Amino acid sequence: MSEPRWLQTLRGEARASFETLGLPTSQLEDWRYTARALRPLGELELESAACAEPSPDRGVLEEIASPLFACSEFAFVDGHFDEALSTPRGLSGDLPVRSLRALIDDESDSLAGALGQLARPKEDAFAALNTAHFEDGALVHIARDRDIAQPLHLVFVTRDRADGSTHPRIAVRAEAGSRATLIVDFVSAGDGRCFTNSLLEIDLAENAELDLVVLQRECNAALHVSRTYVRQGRDSRLRAHTLTLGGRSVRNDLEVVLADEGAEVVLNGLFLGLGEQHIDNHTLVDHAVPHCTSRELYKGVLADRARGVFRGRVVVRPDAQKTAAEQSNPNLLIGDRAEIDTKPQLEIYADDVRCSHGATIGQLDEDALFYLRARGIANDPARLILIQAFAAEISDALPAEALGERVREMFLQRLAGATA
Amino acid sequence: MSMLEIRGLHANAGNKPILAGIDLTIEAGEVHVLMGPNGSGKSTLAAVLAGRSDYPIIRGSVRFDGRDLTELEPEQRAREGVFLAFQYPVEIPGVNNNYFLKASLNAVRKHRGLEELDAIDFLTLVREKMKLVEMPEELMSRAINVGFSGGEKKRNEVLQMLLLEPRLAILDETDSGLDIDALRTIAAGVNALRSPERSLLVITHYQRLLDHIVPDKIHVLSGGRIVRSGGRELALELEEKGYGWLEGGETAHE
Repeated sequence: MSEPRWLQTLRGEARASFETLGLPTSQLEDWRYTARALRPLGELELESAACAEPSPDRGVLEEIASPLFACSEFAFVDGHFDEALSTPRGLSGDLPVRSLRALIDDESDSLAGALGQLARPKEDAFAALNTAHFEDGALVHIARDRDIAQPLHLVFVTRDRADGSTHPRIAVRAEAGSRATLIVDFVSAGDGRCFTNSLLEIDLAENAELDLVVLQRECNAALHVSRTYVRQGRDSRLRAHTLTLGGRSVRNDLEVVLADEGAEVVLNGLFLGLGEQHIDNHTLVDHAVPHCTSRELYKGVLADRARGVFRGRVVVRPDAQKTAAEQSNPNLLIGDRAEIDTKPQLEIYADDVRCSHGATIGQLDEDALFYLRARGIANDPARLILIQAFAAEISDALPAEALGERVREMFLQRLAGATA
Repeated sequence: MSMLEIRGLHANAGNKPILAGIDLTIEAGEVHVLMGPNGSGKSTLAAVLAGRSDYPIIRGSVRFDGRDLTELEPEQRAREGVFLAFQYPVEIPGVNNNYFLKASLNAVRKHRGLEELDAIDFLTLVREKMKLVEMPEELMSRAINVGFSGGEKKRNEVLQMLLLEPRLAILDETDSGLDIDALRTIAAGVNALRSPERSLLVITHYQRLLDHIVPDKIHVLSGGRIVRSGGRELALELEEKGYGWLEGGETAHE
């Protein structure tokens, strides 16, 4: 354990912050609905557990990750990069993805400024926890003007280690004029309870373009907290797709600062809650300067006794004239025991802006259902068709058509397995 | 055995009584036209036959090919060969029209013990039927009825009818709001379906459809009952006198 001095300092401060903050309680407004769902964290070992078991073999990993792609490009097992399981394909030149652990052990200069610039561990217990305890993760570095057509797929596999924790850390530096697609995929290799506390810091320089897909499809016992911090430079473009299909209790916070003029962000989200699932999405778009655009669409489908939470804040600062901001959160409730708490929130301090926001909560359209049945399609498949149609706006917007198809399949598979 | 046999049918729209004792028999191969003023119960009858649960039957019986139709779910009726062309076809965003038609046809084929069609065979079939109703092919790749004009929606209904080849087709004001060319196309679709094994119940407001479809019988519905039945000459009489003279409740029986 001889990490560079700067990292030791970072971790020491984060540890102190976590001791001060503690796990959030429902007294905190931001945690009102979700602190309770994460209460089991009190019973878990929150530090990263040592990884004693040997790596799973390739076949096992492919079976887990293959619903998405033929095989995974960068694999992390229980939070640790697994080189043997990783098969970067279709990439020429320098590998854009490196293991954080390897870079730390090499005392590499490329880490300078990549960690801790955007996260705020002093304010957030989970950011503190991640900073104090992350073992490994990825540095994704897209060099100036580099255009990477092949999606970079990072798969984080959690094995069946009862009550263990991992703290994946991902830093993305997209330099000026670069383009890339990054898929961050969380899966389980078992069905035991475990905790994933991921943290992404994403810095987009001038005119950089990034498609980010965060796919959470862990097992039904998993607890997952994710923090994503984005800063966008001039004329940069981010399309973020946050898809939550698995997990027992999930909390995603996504924060985007539009820090220079001409930046555009699209925030798409889809969450499917079944059984006893609890899924909470918090987003913040900070229009700090003029002439930026944000479009946010989060769609929720909640069935059985599942509970969803959406809180979307859009802040338009006094100087941020000519801002265009849209936000909407339509939700579909299946059955009468599912629940959603939604709170879109616009805070506008500038006067020359175009902003809109809204949330809806609806049920399946009975006329549409009857129409399908009147054409011979039975009730259950007809319902599935309509639920999937509701979600299609998000899955159709995914960066690769094949990915959209896989997500549609996964979505349907989960739905079909549920009590309708 | 009659294709459709309705006896003493009383039914509601929601909890509002609408049908007040319908008797109607349609034999295989026959085309019947149902006319009548607004609110007389035409669309309620169509909804009841298709199996809408918010149109409950209070009394009476409906037999389709000798079977109690009311026991069947809407999808079972469709598979058995009952088809309703909707007066207001529903728009369903996010569901591709091509996907829907294929799922529908294969559900019906499967029930009839036929092999399901693959994508290529389906495309060949659907193209052939689209020609009949003069429907632009690009409508197949859109969401069901979304952004369709009124006429395109009605063509889509007739296309579905041609694909599913029902034994009893009920057309609920499929001719409303159409220009004369569209009307002619729809009528051609209906006539293409006519056969000795098939029956049609055509609900309409307008005599002009009867220039293109020659019915075996015409019925006039008023106040939830059939008040008059006859041949083609009844349509001419209606054209001349309107419905007013019927509303005294004069009832004609077969």
